[in-house]
Parts: sequence; C-alpha cells; structure tokens
Amino acid sequence: MVVGMKDVLKLIGISIIACCAVFVCTMFLNYNIDVAALKDEITTEVGMVMYQAQVSTGKVVAAVSGGCLAVTSVIMLLFYVKNYIDTHGKELGILKALGYSNFKIAKHFWVFGLSVFVGCALGYAAAFLYLPSFYELQNAEQLFPEIKVQFHPLLAFLLVGVPAISFAALAVIYACFRLKKPVFDLLKEKHEYKAKVIKNETKDMPFLKELTRSTVRGRKSLVFFIAFSAFCFSAMVQMSMSMKDLSSETMAVMILTIGLILAFMTLFLSLSSVVKGNAKTIAMMRVFGYKHSDCSKAVLGCYRPFSYIGFVIGTIYQYALLKFMVTFVFADVENVPEYNFDFTACVITLGLFVLTYEIAMQAYSRRIKKLPIKSIMLE
Amino acid sequence: MIAVSDITKSYGAGGNRNQVLKGISLQIADKDFTVILGASGSGKSTFLNVISGLERPDSGSVTYGSQEITKLSDSEVTQFRKDNIGFIFQQYYLLPNMTVEKNVRMGADLAGNREYREIITAVGLEDKSRKYPSELSGGEQQRVSVARALAKKPKVLFLDEPTGALDEQTGRQVLDYICKLHKEYGFTIVMVTHNQNVAEMANTVVKMNSGKISEVYANSRQKTAYEIGW
Repeated sequence: MVVGMKDVLKLIGISIIACCAVFVCTMFLNYNIDVAALKDEITTEVGMVMYQAQVSTGKVVAAVSGGCLAVTSVIMLLFYVKNYIDTHGKELGILKALGYSNFKIAKHFWVFGLSVFVGCALGYAAAFLYLPSFYELQNAEQLFPEIKVQFHPLLAFLLVGVPAISFAALAVIYACFRLKKPVFDLLKEKHEYKAKVIKNETKDMPFLKELTRSTVRGRKSLVFFIAFSAFCFSAMVQMSMSMKDLSSETMAVMILTIGLILAFMTLFLSLSSVVKGNAKTIAMMRVFGYKHSDCSKAVLGCYRPFSYIGFVIGTIYQYALLKFMVTFVFADVENVPEYNFDFTACVITLGLFVLTYEIAMQAYSRRIKKLPIKSIMLE
Repeated sequence: MIAVSDITKSYGAGGNRNQVLKGISLQIADKDFTVILGASGSGKSTFLNVISGLERPDSGSVTYGSQEITKLSDSEVTQFRKDNIGFIFQQYYLLPNMTVEKNVRMGADLAGNREYREIITAVGLEDKSRKYPSELSGGEQQRVSVARALAKKPKVLFLDEPTGALDEQTGRQVLDYICKLHKEYGFTIVMVTHNQNVAEMANTVVKMNSGKISEVYANSRQKTAYEIGW
C-alpha cells in the first residue's frame, strides 16, 4: 500500500478542523431547519423578529466558519499530499519505474479522505449531543413554541459524506498531478529551485539573511498556516470576550474553545513542519559551527511578521463580523447592546498572543537544539 | 598538533553494545596531510567524527594544542568548530535551495571572509556561482563543498570519503584541487578513505582495523592526484 493508516493519522490537524467546522454548521443549520418548521406557529411580532435574526445568524455563522475552515482544510490537505510525495520520492519513484501509472499510484491517496470523514463524523455527533442545550439557549426567552431536535439525513450526508468524498477525490487528483514528473527526479527526491530574479536582491546579502528569505520562499503554505493560527487566536478570543455581552457565556466559551484548538493545532503542525523540513540545513549549520540561536532565529524567526499580520486581520475580521451582525442582522431585536471596538479586549488578547507565541517558539528552539546531527546526516 | 589519547566509543546497549573504537591514541602534526585508511566498518568515520568534535567519545581525550575539546560544553565545541574546523563529506550536504555562491557564503560568513569569490574561482566554478546544486554535476557539487569548507579558513580540514561518490576523472580533479589549496593555505588535512591508492597522496597514513590502529607510516614521497592509481 502506498499510503498507510499511519500516514492518515498524521492528518489529525485536518480532522480537528473538520470536526470544528461540522460542529458549528450542524448546530446552526439543524436549528434553522427545526425552527423553520415552527415558523407558522410564531404569533408574536417580537418572536418573528427574533426568528428572522436567528435564521440569518445561523446562515452567516455556518457560511463564514464553514467556508473559512473548509478552505483551510483544503490547503492543509494539498500541503500534506505534496509533502508526502516530496518525502517518499524514492518509494513512489520505484513504483513508477516498475511501470505503475500516475493514477494507479495516486488512487491510494483516497485514504486521506478518511481523516475528513472521522473529523466530520465526530463533529456531527458532538453537535447532535449538544443540540438540546443549544436549542434551550436559543429559545431562552420562550419566544417560540418548544423546539424538538430532529435528525435530518440529508444534512448529515451534506456535512459528513460530501466533505469526505470530496476530499478523497481531491487528494487523488492532486497526487496524480504532483506525480507528473520524471522517475529520476522522484528517485533522487530532487526539488527544482529555479534561479529567480528577486527584486532588490543584493549579491552581498549575508548567509543567515538569505537563509531566512529562502525558508519563507520555500514553504509559502506554512506562512499561510502560521498567519491563520494567529488569525484564529485573535478573532476567536476577542469575539468570545464580546460574545459574553452580545449573546451568552456558553456561546463565548464555545467560540473560545474552538478558536484555541484551531490556533494551537495549526501552530503546532506548522512549526513541526518547519523544523522537520529544515533539519538537514540546521544539522549542517551546526556542523560548521553556527550557534543554536542563529539556527533558530533564521528558521523560526522569519515567520514572526506573518503571525502579527494574521493577528491584525483576525482583529479586523471579528470586529467587522460582530458589527455587521449587530447593525444588520439584529437591527430589529430589542435589548441588543451597542457594539463598539473593544480596545481592552484587543490589548489583553495581543498580550496573551505574544506570550503564547514566544513560548511556542522557545519550545521549538529547544527542539532544534536537540536535533541529532549525526543521525540526520546519515539519512 | 592534534593529540588523541586512548579514545573509546560504543553504540547500542546491553547485549547489542558494539565497541567501535577500542582505545585509540594518535598525534597529528600541524599542516600535515594524514589519511585514515580502513575497510568499511573499521571505525574510521567514527574516529573522524570524534576528533573533529561532532561526537563525544565514551572515554579518552582529544586535544588541539593546549585545548582539550572533549571537556568543552556543546556550545563551546560548536564555537571551536566555528573557529577551527572545516568539513567535506561524501554526500556533499549542500543546501538545495541556495545557489553555489550562497552555499559558499555559509562557510565564509563564519570567518568574516569577504574574499570568498576567490575560492569559488580557485575551484573553477566562477561561471556557475548563480546555479543551484541540482543544476550541477556530482564533481561540481563536491567542489562547491570544498569551497564552502575552505571559505571559513579552517585550521584543520576533515574529509570523509570525499571522492566516494565520484567517478575516477572527477575524483582526481577534486583531490587535485584539495592538494593545491592545502599547499596554498597551509591547513592540516585529515582524510578518511578506504582507497589504498588515495593514501599515497598523504604524508602520514594511519591504518585502522576493527576499531584499532594497526599501522602508522609516512610516505617517502607524496604522489599527486594524477599519479596515483584508482
């Protein structure tokens, strides 16, 4: 078997993201369907306004969270497939040399879809268990008749079956595309680095600066993941602080939990990939006498600006989303407090983010220090 | 002077413990060209790793002049390698995402050497300085690795089977470059090889067998890379 179950386990990041996405979407969409069935029974004007607001909220939250997390999962999947082919070039090259077609090899990558299936199924099951409490929370003011949790098979299929099938197909198609290179290049695990004319490139740029630049250039997808991690942290933590006033504490805790899981998971996976991908370079630098701090700074430090960019985007995103919800979606609902940018929450979140990020960097810097030079060189 | 005293080194634990170096002592004079000769599994590469500070011995000492590197901390050994040691390996270990020039700068920047382009020229790669390693032949890649090691102006150059992955003509060419640069810059060379013919280029030959030194002798005349057999 080209890709084994062990490899699928490495895609736990995708499973977690899929789980979070499906958890949120199931809650809001299942509620929307169930509450829509009771629409004719809502007799009061306040109840009707609340109904419209909740349905719109559900649609926005499901579209924004689901869409955002789906895009992240797709990028993560493509990254994993590419990384797998890059690091298993010898095995795949031998299969191609023996006469296996690209598709015959690529079709084994369908198992990557299992990670999405597991994540989606867990997310759906968790949401279903939480739905009774969520329904109570949504109808706390008793504006609607009693809403019962119903199982909707089509929704279950759309949220569990369709993503799993789509991701499996995507993995196969992308693997097929990536395998389209000469057998020799696969066997030699040869990566093409074309001489590019880079703007403002100075011939005399010091080695460490050049290494920093090439580390970022070589793995652009990791830039996205690290920025996304900061985005999740910033947006979800600040949103959860504001949610306490706008919605409920339960909602705030839920958003905070999902945000932190996504942020830490993405950061962990990205930094692990950075260290693993640069292990040989780091080993060689240490053989030559570069200090451990120089290695860490060159390999890890280059991602810091992108994480702060992610933080800023997350701050803007959460402000825009909440402002939109309060101004437009809940415009007619009574007792909704006015929403303004929460500067204190932003400063607290930034402080927490800097602290968390730097602790993570220190942890990975120690990991770099412990890389065994000899075993890396013998690989 | 490099003084190695009663070095032992083992791998594995319990019943699988394998003693690779069994009490080796040796002295290498400054600016000498020493070849460590031995068959596969004789312990020569482990010996090179230990005397160059890449690995710690289980017991014994390695002293450069008056500095015993086996007593230094990890960061002090790193600093020592930075100031004194250059390496050339059989597998080159070039950084694939950097051009020839940037690979050489990896060594040059450590020594603050701004004349590194002269070494690129000296190994005959001036017209390939903007190429990536994947665009070079095996011999050219090894010459980049020679330039990278020498750009940091080492006092001792360690070579681990530098021609092991090269054909005869390219191997001779690389050895010739190394010898010329040795004469020009005057550093100490310690080269590990299994090739008896290559040993004829050295001043001193140290033969290893089963983790021990079996013989040490001096060549009456050093042959050039084009005089030796292959």
